[in-house]
Amino acid sequence: MYVAVKGGERAIDNAHAWLAEERRGDPGVGELTVPQIREQLSLAVNRVMAEGSLYDPDLAALAIKQARGDMIEAIFLIRAYRTTLPRIGHAKPVDTGAMACDRRISATFKDVPGGQVLGPTFDYTHRLIDFALAAEGEAPRSEQADPLPGTMPRVTEYLNLDGLIQPEAPSDDTPPDMTRQPMEFPAGRSLRLQALTRGDEGFVLGMAYSTQRGYAKNHPFVGELRIGTVAVEIDIPELGFAVEIGEVVLTECETVNQFTGSKTEPAQFTRGYGLVFGQSERKAISMALVDRALRWAELGEDNLGAPAQDEEFVLSHADNIQATGFLEHIKLPHYVDFQSELELVRRLRAEAQQAGTSAESGGTAPQSVEAAE
Amino acid sequence: MTGTTLDIEARKGWMSLLAKAPPARLASLFEEAGARPGFTWLRPPEVGGVMLRGRMGGTGAPFNMGEMTVTRCALKLATGEVGHGYVQGRDRAHAERAALVDALMQTGRADELRATVLAPLEAEALVARTSRAAKAAATRVDFFTMVRGED
Repeated sequence: MYVAVKGGERAIDNAHAWLAEERRGDPGVGELTVPQIREQLSLAVNRVMAEGSLYDPDLAALAIKQARGDMIEAIFLIRAYRTTLPRIGHAKPVDTGAMACDRRISATFKDVPGGQVLGPTFDYTHRLIDFALAAEGEAPRSEQADPLPGTMPRVTEYLNLDGLIQPEAPSDDTPPDMTRQPMEFPAGRSLRLQALTRGDEGFVLGMAYSTQRGYAKNHPFVGELRIGTVAVEIDIPELGFAVEIGEVVLTECETVNQFTGSKTEPAQFTRGYGLVFGQSERKAISMALVDRALRWAELGEDNLGAPAQDEEFVLSHADNIQATGFLEHIKLPHYVDFQSELELVRRLRAEAQQAGTSAESGGTAPQSVEAAE
Repeated sequence: MTGTTLDIEARKGWMSLLAKAPPARLASLFEEAGARPGFTWLRPPEVGGVMLRGRMGGTGAPFNMGEMTVTRCALKLATGEVGHGYVQGRDRAHAERAALVDALMQTGRADELRATVLAPLEAEALVARTSRAAKAAATRVDFFTMVRGED
């Protein structure tokens, strides 16, 4: 029987009104503006853009404000907004080789051409709380030096010259799009990369960490990590040519993994690849590790049954909006479902009790155990 | 400049410059340049998404990354020139100004607009890019080797 229950409108309205008041907090404290969030919580903005799968810093900052800083709620808002946008088209694949780098490091070659450029990094900070930030002060200023050249050579290209690393086959195939077709398995690498780049940072990090710790051993070097600005170029159909219509900040990570060779391939290095919206280096490195772990079949490696090798497991659980939707729905009213379970448990207990009574008088009671399963 | 002799490379250049310009800066330069022309919409500003793509390993097969907000519009000046605006983000006024400048660059006002709008935008974009590259350069590591004092 399905029972429709009405009511609760007033409670819901009042709950939302209180939510708005709590969001604002103490009115004696200045209200956060969207530009303040965009400029001063930019890494949070980056995460919302990456997992919301929509590059728009102002919109992500607004979502963070609306969500009171709950990142998954903010990502949810962006995903919902994204579905309302008509698709104008697709851009040409970004040329990360032409990136204007803010940061570019290699853990494999000390004297890499172009140099080790640290950029605005938390690395080498002492992770001590800086109480000076609690006081208002003058805006800090960075140092400057002779500008870097426009582009940086790609580290894996050096290994590629000697044939020491598995090459990437160039292609201009149209990649599948998980926002347009339902996910099917086996997914293939392009779909995996799309799912990973918008996947939950914590989940992808956990999967990557598991491979480092030995679940399908995958402990690569970061061949190169670069963060910077790339141009976005799209074909303008009504004009018949392509125009660079914007710029996005991306983080790219290329890992170099040892590969001892297979029956058909000589010993060489293999690659994992991460590319994420914004300055998101933990996510990009994690993505590269998981990408590499999921490539076991194409590289002829053994399936060790590790979670990070299981494409269906990883891709089905990487999306935090899907996950939280299913998880959080269990807090919504399930009165009728629960009522039926309650009745079942009461009946089973009554039957067991009855059977117990009759067992004492010589009967048996196995059927109640079966019924409970 | 007429439609037939329109240099595509030059047009790509200014359309890109207008698209990447800070919207508030383009607005003030355009208002200063004065004489906003009459026009009719061919396509009023529309906000949509463009799917961005990357390549495996940076150079291999493409994959979809995620979308970017884009606003586009098309308009026709009273004198007949058609301007297109395609800009990143959701700023309809920005797309409209980009399309107006695109159209005006096909008229006798091209040189004037190049000097008053495009040249300052280009110079400022160069300063912004160079300043960022200079800050990055200051964080480049200079390795040095310790002499160990052995013969």
